[in-house]
Amino acid sequence: MSHSKPRVVVAMSGGVDSSVAAALLVEQGYEVIGMMMRLWSEETAIGNTHNRCCTPDQMNDARRIADKLGIPFYVLDTKEVFRSTIVQFFIEQHRQGVTPNPCIECNRQIRFSFLQQNALALDADYLATGHYARVSRDADGRYLLRKGLDDHKDQSYVLSVLGQAQLAHALFPVGEYAKPEVRKIAERFGLPTASKKDSQDLCFIGDNNYRRFLADHAPDVMRPGPMIRSDGTEVGQHNGLVNFTVGQRKGLGLHSIEPLYVIGINAEQNAVIVGTAEELGRSSLTAKRVNWVAGNPPGPSFRAEVKIRYKAVAVPASIEILSDTRIHINFDAPLRDITPGQGAVIYAGDTVLGGGIIERE
Amino acid sequence: MSLVRSVYLDHSATTPTDPRVVEAMLPYFTQYFGNPVSVHQFGQQAESAIETARERIAQILNCLPSEVIFTSGASESNNLALRGSLRPDDRRPVVTTRVEHHAVSRTAAEIGEVEWLPVDSWGRASLEDVKRTTSARLVSLMYANNEVGSIHDLASFAEAVHDMGAYFHTDAVQAGGQLPLDVKALGVDMLSLSAHKFYGPKGVGLLYVRKGLELHAVQTGGSHERGLRPGTHNTPLIVGMALALELATAEYESRAKHLMARRDELIRGVLSRIPDVRLTGHPVERLPSHASFVIDGVESNTLLMHLDMHGVAASSGSACKTGNPEPSDVLLAMGYTPTEALTGLRLTVGLSTTQADIDYAVDVLVRTVEKVRKVRDSMVIA
Repeated sequence: MSHSKPRVVVAMSGGVDSSVAAALLVEQGYEVIGMMMRLWSEETAIGNTHNRCCTPDQMNDARRIADKLGIPFYVLDTKEVFRSTIVQFFIEQHRQGVTPNPCIECNRQIRFSFLQQNALALDADYLATGHYARVSRDADGRYLLRKGLDDHKDQSYVLSVLGQAQLAHALFPVGEYAKPEVRKIAERFGLPTASKKDSQDLCFIGDNNYRRFLADHAPDVMRPGPMIRSDGTEVGQHNGLVNFTVGQRKGLGLHSIEPLYVIGINAEQNAVIVGTAEELGRSSLTAKRVNWVAGNPPGPSFRAEVKIRYKAVAVPASIEILSDTRIHINFDAPLRDITPGQGAVIYAGDTVLGGGIIERE
Repeated sequence: MSLVRSVYLDHSATTPTDPRVVEAMLPYFTQYFGNPVSVHQFGQQAESAIETARERIAQILNCLPSEVIFTSGASESNNLALRGSLRPDDRRPVVTTRVEHHAVSRTAAEIGEVEWLPVDSWGRASLEDVKRTTSARLVSLMYANNEVGSIHDLASFAEAVHDMGAYFHTDAVQAGGQLPLDVKALGVDMLSLSAHKFYGPKGVGLLYVRKGLELHAVQTGGSHERGLRPGTHNTPLIVGMALALELATAEYESRAKHLMARRDELIRGVLSRIPDVRLTGHPVERLPSHASFVIDGVESNTLLMHLDMHGVAASSGSACKTGNPEPSDVLLAMGYTPTEALTGLRLTVGLSTTQADIDYAVDVLVRTVEKVRKVRDSMVIA
């Protein structure tokens, strides 16, 4: 179908960021369609809980905002695809002693796959989200993924799975603004979300208690087991792998002269590996499932900055290409909390070059 | 929105009010606004309008004016029929089907024991199954199904129902304005109608209750409608309903001809141009306005959104605005699998539907189904 104005589907959550994204696009003259994904939520003994990203209240909020902006609004049934890709993945990874980042997987397999495909099938030219990130093009016409202007809010880390095909049809309107400005814009448009709190991750766990969730859905991660040093010496017992994460010091229940930290998880032996601060520090990692935003790495080996967690600071490192999907990263200085399952995202200044998922050693 | 075209194919959900009906209602908002129970002239004018409406409707239903009870719509009529005929000393079940509108099926389930009759692959109960039922206080069978359009031959059931000493109720909402409503010929004791399905206003309906059938009110209040439906009459809506029903009756043949021509063109277009699609409901004994399908691999919740973006307004028995579709109870009862029961599509034509509308809608549907299937095929679950 022909339409004069570019058409864009905005993923709306009822929250301030995606609402402002929609408002800005309307103001910029796009033909805007609001869409909310109905995601999976737990069915418990007391009935169906709500995914915290799409409660009835949030759905009503989003619907009212769409109405205010004069745009159509639809809810896309995403329950089954979300359950089979994100929730199952989360449970399986924890079974293997790995702490996954569901937001990265959601962007890879839901937002910029299922949702974007649906948007393009609606003859939309773009999918827009409320992420704090920016898209621009270099001299060769390639799409660049860049950090959001607000360094505190920057969400380019969880978007590092995007390639040229996705970025060609992606808009991040709030990435050009700082959060306080976004709230002001919301007020200017009279959007009722102006004072709402930021949402959090793990949207599918109704009570935000992921240990309880895993206890219900993956009881094996609650089995007691040995706590060992890296040489195999048993130093105590633990009450389930789920209660431990790399870098953790509290709650180990160990009496030791030097402070001990969780330095690793061995799911096969159901063991928590503990060690000293020196042992915790690592200066290299291997990452798999690597994506290059440009389609290719800058070279067989190169220098860049790397973020190993969403909230981590990007630190200098040397990157070495192992294969199409694996890389080795050597940090200039050791890092304490390299956690298998989290993303290792590679930056050149404010531009995301790509990223991968940290492997177990 | 820069829609190229807008085609409304959801007349089973509701119809636009006929401008002649709107015109007829207007004086009763401002000029003859009296409360029909009042003693004065204002009240008498309104009362006259209501009683005239009742007489005109009774003529069409072939019943006494006193057998027509005005309600707010068919949900209320169905509740009044099922709840109002319930007696504390009568433990016999209500006999009905799972393809009924929720206003019947949920009400029946809430108030007591229900015997659910099976339905065939077109969504219809059989006389044999009704005859096999030994005891019932009320049998409720819808005249025409809202999701798949199949028509029950009510008259063929009447004798068997009465032989077991039960009342016979029908939810005739979808039939209103499209099928004969002679209650004597149909053999029913109660019949529910809603005006907005036949180009009348929303918020008004009626329940025909055969004289001699003991009904009690389900809400308490004044003595309106012989005490069966307390609450001030909505004069303009009642006047509008009567005229809308009269127009439907007077124009019965030309309307049916028009609707069936559009419907058949629609069915032919869809079945011939889209692979892996099946007509649901009876191929012939169906509402003149009604076309319905299951489309393999195309969940209606997603499809309706895509159709709407191209200006085609459609509906289904499973889709919902909150993105939480449940397989259609009707399709499940008819023997479709839960997966199939998420793919129902209903397209219902109306008096203003043109051949060009049908051509456009079929074109859009062909392209949209292809696209949605492509999206599905591209989703390789990791």
